[in-house]
Amino acid sequence: MATLKVPVGPADHSQGPADAPVTLVEYGDYECSHCGHAYPIIKALQKKLGKQLRFVFRDFPLREIHPNAEVAAETAEFAATHGKFWDMHDLIFENQNSLSEQMLEELAHRLTLDRQALRDALRSGTFAERVQGDFSSGVRSGVNGTPTFFINSQRHDGDFELETLLQVIQKMIHGHK
Amino acid sequence: MSNILSAGTPAPEFTLHVTPDQMLSLKELRGRPVILAFYPADWSPVCGDQMALYNEILPEFHRFNAELMGISVDGVWCHAAFSRDRKLHFPLLADFEPKGAVSKLYGAFRDGEGISERALFVIDKKGTITWSYVSPIAVNPGADGILEALESLPK
Repeated sequence: MATLKVPVGPADHSQGPADAPVTLVEYGDYECSHCGHAYPIIKALQKKLGKQLRFVFRDFPLREIHPNAEVAAETAEFAATHGKFWDMHDLIFENQNSLSEQMLEELAHRLTLDRQALRDALRSGTFAERVQGDFSSGVRSGVNGTPTFFINSQRHDGDFELETLLQVIQKMIHGHK
Repeated sequence: MSNILSAGTPAPEFTLHVTPDQMLSLKELRGRPVILAFYPADWSPVCGDQMALYNEILPEFHRFNAELMGISVDGVWCHAAFSRDRKLHFPLLADFEPKGAVSKLYGAFRDGEGISERALFVIDKKGTITWSYVSPIAVNPGADGILEALESLPK
């Protein structure tokens, strides 16, 4: 059974309390349609579980098949340095069908972030190492496609429809008590 | 699930088509570690299928000087089209004629369905299998096991 090799820590982007009984980690790719499919499901899951769930997103861009995945991931990291990771994360998934560098700049602008600063960061690869770090930790942990979910550090091999995830997570919450 | 060849077994020799007009023999790769990744079929309908995933991870395999080979029972032309579509930077071998012969040698053939298992082998530079793993057919194995096996090879 594949397990999360790099534990969730302060450098991660997370939503929900650190002491939640269940931590859900997603390794995702902003250009992957399956991750786009998972996006509203995670939102629904968070709404349903409230403080019982901590959600963490890590980058796993499939650069060979998704030409915009890397820049999208770096753009989200850029936004993170301005405290706007999740705003950017949401905007990217909500505009997944028209992803391009120009579009990412537009999204940055919408979040009152400086376009030129984003452009410079992408040119100089300021956030490339950070994204690669997530990618490598995913490889080590047995990420086997995107999205790959880890629920309390165990890779989730089932489907990622709302009902399935809810069932697995609720079982863990009850086991935790 | 099949009983695949286990660690300590000499890797059975084979020669297969790697392109329509090129053959590749396992023994040509002696001297460096080899990863054999048997998989059921080209064209699985997901992003980041097993071969596309390994393609992304290739630089990590190359740090160990290891050579990755994908193997399925698909023919050379099918492999060529699939490889081009997914921009694969490693060879796919066609275990096509006689069908599945190499998969059978490694214990990685599914009778009845006529396809290879999702079976992974790491072979050391002398040609001995040092690690093998078979994944449930519906579960893409990641690369974690392969990397651990490469790491534990003597330097």
